[in-house]
Amino acid sequence: MRKPLVQLLLYLLAPVALAACVLLGPHGFAWPDTTTPIGQALLYLRLHRVAAGFVVGAGLACSGAVLQALLRNPLADPYVLGVSGGGALGAALAIFFGWNMLHALALPAGAFAVALATLLLVYRLASRGGVVSVYGLILSGVVISSMLGSLLMLLVVFAGDRLPPIVFWMLGNLQVSDTSLLLSCGSGVGVAFGIVWLLSRELNALTLGRDMAHHLGVRTEFVVGLALTAATLAAASTVALCGLIGFVGLIVPHAMRHVVGADHRRLLPAAAVAGGVFLVLCDTCARLVVAPVELPVGVITALFGGPFFLVLLRRRKPTALEAA
Amino acid sequence: MNCAAELQNVSAGYPSRPVLRDLSFAVREGETVALLGPNGAGKSTLLQVMTGRLRAEAGVARLFGRDVRQLPAAERARLVAWVPQQLDVPMAFTVEEMVLMGRTAALSRWQGSSARDRQIAEQAMRYTDVLDLRSRLFQEMSGGERQRVMIALALAAEPRLILLDEPTAHLDMGHRLEVLELISRLNCERGVAIVMVAHDLSLAAEFFPRLVLLDAHGRIAADGPPAEVLREPIIESVYGCRVGVHPDPDCGALRVFPRRTRAYAQAGK
Repeated sequence: MRKPLVQLLLYLLAPVALAACVLLGPHGFAWPDTTTPIGQALLYLRLHRVAAGFVVGAGLACSGAVLQALLRNPLADPYVLGVSGGGALGAALAIFFGWNMLHALALPAGAFAVALATLLLVYRLASRGGVVSVYGLILSGVVISSMLGSLLMLLVVFAGDRLPPIVFWMLGNLQVSDTSLLLSCGSGVGVAFGIVWLLSRELNALTLGRDMAHHLGVRTEFVVGLALTAATLAAASTVALCGLIGFVGLIVPHAMRHVVGADHRRLLPAAAVAGGVFLVLCDTCARLVVAPVELPVGVITALFGGPFFLVLLRRRKPTALEAA
Repeated sequence: MNCAAELQNVSAGYPSRPVLRDLSFAVREGETVALLGPNGAGKSTLLQVMTGRLRAEAGVARLFGRDVRQLPAAERARLVAWVPQQLDVPMAFTVEEMVLMGRTAALSRWQGSSARDRQIAEQAMRYTDVLDLRSRLFQEMSGGERQRVMIALALAAEPRLILLDEPTAHLDMGHRLEVLELISRLNCERGVAIVMVAHDLSLAAEFFPRLVLLDAHGRIAADGPPAEVLREPIIESVYGCRVGVHPDPDCGALRVFPRRTRAYAQAGK
C-alpha cells in the first residue's frame, strides 16, 4: 500500500519537472538567451507562469484534500461544492466595483468572502437534522454553482466598461501579469497550507467522524470551522489568481492517498507538490500542443479529470456514498 | 471509593424528543457495568452525556470528580475513551495508523508521533492481538478484527474509563465472546473502569457483576447484580414481552430468553 520510493521520486522529480516546464518552448528545450531583452522577458514570463501554476495547483489540491477529509468523502472538492463558483463571483464583483485597482488584496479578499458564504449555504442546505448527506452536498453544490454562474453572467451584462477586465480574468490564464496579485494569492495558499498541515492529527481523527473525533480529544466545532475556512482561503486564492480550474482538487488528493496513504501529515505536502506539478505540466501541454495557439488549461485538466471522476463514482459502494 | 463517572439528576435529549429524565447514576473507579434497555431507552445518549458530546439540559455530568463541560478536550480524552458500535472509515488508513489516532490528544502538533506514541500503540495492538494486521487496511478487516482494532485505539489513549456502545452488535457469537473476554481481561489486569451498552442479557449477566436497566422512558428501572435485575416481572414490563429467566445448569449464570406469545399453525399442515 505505502510506496516510499514513489513518494521520494515525487519530491525529487518535482523541481526537475518544474525546471523542464520553464525551459520547454514550442521548439523544444532551450535556455532563453538572457543577454537580450527579449530572452530576459521570456524567462521572466515563463518563471511567472510556472510559479502561478504551482501555487494554483497546490492550493486546489490542498483544499480538495481537506474538504474530502471533513466531509468524509473522496468525491468532494471546491469545484463540486460551489466554493470555486462563489470565489469567482466574489472576484468578479471586486473587478466590477474597481476595488482591485485600489489594493492588490481586494481581488482575493472578495473571492474569499463570497466563497466562504457559499460553503456555509451549501452545507446548510445539505444538512437534515445535523446529518449531512453526500448526495445532498453534491446536489446543492451543483445547483448553487449554476446559480452563481448566472449571477456572474448578469454581472457581465451590466459590466459596461468593466467588461474587458472581467472577461480577461474569467478566461482563466496562468500568465499572471500582476506580481503583487501572484504574491498575495501565493501567501493565501501558503497560510492555508500551514494551518491545515498543523491540523493534520485533527483531520485524521475527523476522518473517523465527528463523534469519534470528539472522543479522541478534538475540539470538533472549532477545528472543523478553522479547517473549512483554510480550505476556502486556498480555493478562493487560486480562483482570484486565474479563474476556474476544475478537477485538480478532486483527482490529485485521491491519487496521492494511493501513494503516501491517508495520514494527512504526509498526504497534505504530497498533494500540494503533486497538485502544483500536475497543473504546471497541464499548462505546459496547453501552451505547446497546438502552438502558437494556446488552449485554456482548464480544458486539459477537465479532459484528465472528468473520466477519473466517473470511474470513482462507479467504483464507490452505494452504502458508502449515503453515509454522512 | 472515587467515582469514575457520575451523572446527577441529568435530563438530556433532542429538542423534539427528551430521552433521559432526571437520571442519576455513578460508576466507581475500576468497576464494570453493563447498560441494558430497549431500543430508544437512551443508553447511547447516556454515554454521550458522560463524555460531553451531548450537553445535559439539566443536571451535572462529572468525570473523575470534574464537571465534564469544564474539562479541556485533550484532558478528557486521556480519562475516557469511547468504542462505537461500528466505524465507517472512508479513507484507506492502516490498522497501525488507526491505533495511533488513539494518541491524538497526546501527539505533538509539530512532530507527529514520537517513539513513545508508537510504542504505546504497539502495546495496545499486541494486547488486543491485532499486531500482525498492523500494515493492513482497516477497511479490509472483518467485523471481529475491526472491533479489536477499535479497542486497541481506545487503549492507546491510556484511559481510566472505557465506554463501549454495543461493541458486539454486529458480531457472531464466537467473536462476541472474544470481545467480551478481552474487555473483562482489560478490567482485571489494568483496572480500567468499563461501561458497556449491551443487548444480550444473558452474556451481560455472565460477564458483568453490575447491570443497569433503563426503561423506555429514560429512567433507571433496576440497578444491581444480575440476580436482582434479571427478574421476569421487571424485564417483562421494561421490554413489553414475555420472557423466561433460568440459571444455567452448568455455571449458574442467569439466562434470559423471550417467549413467543402466540403459536400459529404451521403452513402446510
